Amino acid sequence: MMIPITRYSLLFPLIFFVLSCGENTTDSSIEKMQYATADVLELPELLVYSARKEHLIKPLFDQFTAQTGIPVNYVTDKAGPLLARLQAEGDNSPADILITVDAGNLWQATQVGVLAPLTSAVLAANVPSNLRDENNHWFALTIRARTIVYSSTKLAPEELSTYEALADAEWNDRLCLRTSKKVYNQSLVATMIAALGEARAEVVVAGWVANLALDPFSNDTKVMEAILADQCDAGIVNTYYYGRLMKSKPELPLALFWPNQQGDGANGRGVHINVSGAGVTRASKHKQEAQQLIEWLSSAEAQIMLMDLNQEYPVNSLVPLNAELASWGEFIADNINVGEAGLLQAQAVKLMDRVGYR
Amino acid sequence: MKSSASQSGSFSGSTVVTAGRRWPITIQSLAKFAAIVTVLMAMVPFAVILLGWSSDQTEVWQHLIATQLSTLLRNTLVLGIAVGIGVTLLGVSLAWLTVMYEFPGRRWLDWALMLPMAMPAYVLAFVVLGLFDFAGPLQQGLQALLGDRYSYFDVRHEATVILVLILVFYPYVYMLARSAFLSQGSDVMEVARVLGATRREAFFKIALPMAKPAVVAGASLAVMETLADFGTVAIFNYDTFTTAIYKAWFGLFNLQAAAQLASLLLLFVGVALLAEKQSRGGSRFTQSARKQHQFRQALSPVAAIAATAFCLSILSIAFIVPVLQLLHWVLLEGFDAVDQRYLGLLSRTLMLGAIAACITVALALLLAFSRRSAGAKMRSFYDMGSLGYALPGSVLAVGVMLSFAALDQQLIAPVMEWLGMPSRQMLVGSVYALLTAYWVRFLAVANGPIDSSLQQLRTSIPEAARGLGVSGWSLMWVIYLPMLRPGLLTAVVLVFVDVMKEMPATLLLRPYGWDTLAVRIYEMTSEGEWQRAALPALSLIVVGLLPVILAVRASARH
Repeated sequence: MMIPITRYSLLFPLIFFVLSCGENTTDSSIEKMQYATADVLELPELLVYSARKEHLIKPLFDQFTAQTGIPVNYVTDKAGPLLARLQAEGDNSPADILITVDAGNLWQATQVGVLAPLTSAVLAANVPSNLRDENNHWFALTIRARTIVYSSTKLAPEELSTYEALADAEWNDRLCLRTSKKVYNQSLVATMIAALGEARAEVVVAGWVANLALDPFSNDTKVMEAILADQCDAGIVNTYYYGRLMKSKPELPLALFWPNQQGDGANGRGVHINVSGAGVTRASKHKQEAQQLIEWLSSAEAQIMLMDLNQEYPVNSLVPLNAELASWGEFIADNINVGEAGLLQAQAVKLMDRVGYR
Repeated sequence: MKSSASQSGSFSGSTVVTAGRRWPITIQSLAKFAAIVTVLMAMVPFAVILLGWSSDQTEVWQHLIATQLSTLLRNTLVLGIAVGIGVTLLGVSLAWLTVMYEFPGRRWLDWALMLPMAMPAYVLAFVVLGLFDFAGPLQQGLQALLGDRYSYFDVRHEATVILVLILVFYPYVYMLARSAFLSQGSDVMEVARVLGATRREAFFKIALPMAKPAVVAGASLAVMETLADFGTVAIFNYDTFTTAIYKAWFGLFNLQAAAQLASLLLLFVGVALLAEKQSRGGSRFTQSARKQHQFRQALSPVAAIAATAFCLSILSIAFIVPVLQLLHWVLLEGFDAVDQRYLGLLSRTLMLGAIAACITVALALLLAFSRRSAGAKMRSFYDMGSLGYALPGSVLAVGVMLSFAALDQQLIAPVMEWLGMPSRQMLVGSVYALLTAYWVRFLAVANGPIDSSLQQLRTSIPEAARGLGVSGWSLMWVIYLPMLRPGLLTAVVLVFVDVMKEMPATLLLRPYGWDTLAVRIYEMTSEGEWQRAALPALSLIVVGLLPVILAVRASARH
């Protein structure tokens, strides 16, 4: 019994040693961080809370730092948790900028009062008025078009017309959609409520659900893969997912269609667009530098980088489309203020629940 | 030095007697105080979540009842029950095979069957989807082979979700049942056989009941993890309570309604835990910690091959095939992502896992001893410390964040102001907040193995030691820790690996510069770029293997 006991008793001091080492390491890291925050008082250093993924935003921050000398740190997460963090931190928040990938989230950030209004001639010139908050709390950085994708072997473009037409009986068992839990679909339905009214929008979405060939998918790429596997003829996706897929396999028989381009009223309202965008936090201690970063992100140079990184459309109309985006053709976009989607988002979610859109 | 005789069977602190007068503070009362503080701290996030009821969300509830609630309840129940049954059957049968029988490959299958532990559920989910969905190699291959005659199938099915969760969570039961069977030794079976029981009777009437605390503890961990799971169900678009919580939060912008839903989920878990306690009831088995005889029965050639095939096929589906698929994706994508920052991800992942494991296991040990010496009421109070495991990670993280934010603003900020220092937040966005979330979440995980090995400890041993004059800390050092070693080791490994896999709390609470592998996986998977997530996922599995292998080696030495 004696031998094992001594051996075991060695184990625990060891664990505590590891623990204390670990604790020391964290301590010193925290000291370092506090040191860093203390430095901020003299040397501006921006902290961005970003729902845009690291690999889609870091190259831009690096470029900005190279040009201005202002370092940019960032924490990535989903928009909801980031917003909750901003709210909980209140005036003490170390964050200077919030970046999200959906207008609804930006609208919500404004509602809960974590964003500060900006006065910027640069942003007013670079960002069209329907792509920014009416009180200038946030500004779109990129446009994401959510459009119809179809199997080019099974369908001619003439058979497509509007989002609403996909609810017709002839589409029975031919449609694939992403889940209603994704904010992109919530925004799409929200703007449809704005255009058609809730009752008509509900009929349309119910029609979509009736026409589904398969249960909704967890992402847009899976929708396109189902179309390629002959499970359905058409679906609704963001164009950059199409771009990503076609980049790896250009020969795939998939094509984009721009719906709602002709006709009066809702029929001709244009393609649904959503945005990724940014705003300066109310608690920011470096509002000037934060504004400088957002202004730079709307500049032609940054807009080209954003476009090339993820095949999203630039908000700055002076920036010419790159070859790939241009190859998808021109389209009329719905010019409703994208913030409207936020206002109607909860209504849209409930509508989709009612008609059983999972 | 004199031991307090009233506390038999527990870790009782020695009461220091000096000149006939007792010091008011004893180690025991200090430990009890610390244990109570621990449970209270673990419960603060729940209090924050319960505050969600202070706002009126009738409208959301009406909407839910009218639309989704029945489906959500059904799915959540089906998932919880099916996974519970599945992990128990799989975990117990594998543990029984490897402990009691000899068959080809048993020596390495014995530890290899723990490896799926290192596989995060969301990773197995996206690998399964990647392998078997329409664009996956299987269906594409069949299509190429059969042409137009081939009809595609949709892998996204309730059964697939259940299967995936069983395959990632069975190691909880396997590890706990295995050490229970090991510590029973073959003596028990031999005695039963001598007394005329068949092997079947001996298993069901003797061995299994004796291992029941361990099996139930493992299965309840698996069920709680299932109820809190978001990643897997999201990938399969399977609606459960968790998805509804996130929908209320992100879709309806309604964190209060989300908190109310989360507290309802807690109710589920509370009932499940109560049932677990009931089922354990008075069953308390003790045995000596002396090294047991382990005589493994040789199987007939056919049975031996069947046993090997069974273990091997589980290992293949749960681990080998997914790892190969990840490896394939990594090779397709290349190693561009490996740079200096990648090493940082690795080391931070390991460091957070190690620190959190030590804290959590130490606290769980404290609670286990306090529970042992406590009355029934206090015992259920200590049990409340385990609830964190059943909350969806994000919800728990928000609870931790809000409580720390309140401390920051109500306590620290005024003090700093009074001291004339610039106000800034100290707790939210610090490593401490993150570590707190980890231990609150994973206390239950450490609790399972520690508690079940403590229950197997014969009370007469510490009594005898006390009779020999060993008491207080030395009793802990000399008797308890060595005898609890297998349980402690299991606890450290489970928490270590779980922390490294943890995603939502890490995302929300990490300070900037504290990205981990799980964060990197999230970056890729949230955009559906599963192939690019393969490298961090594979790294996470490899890193997660380290503690598993260490534990296996340690228990082999044992």
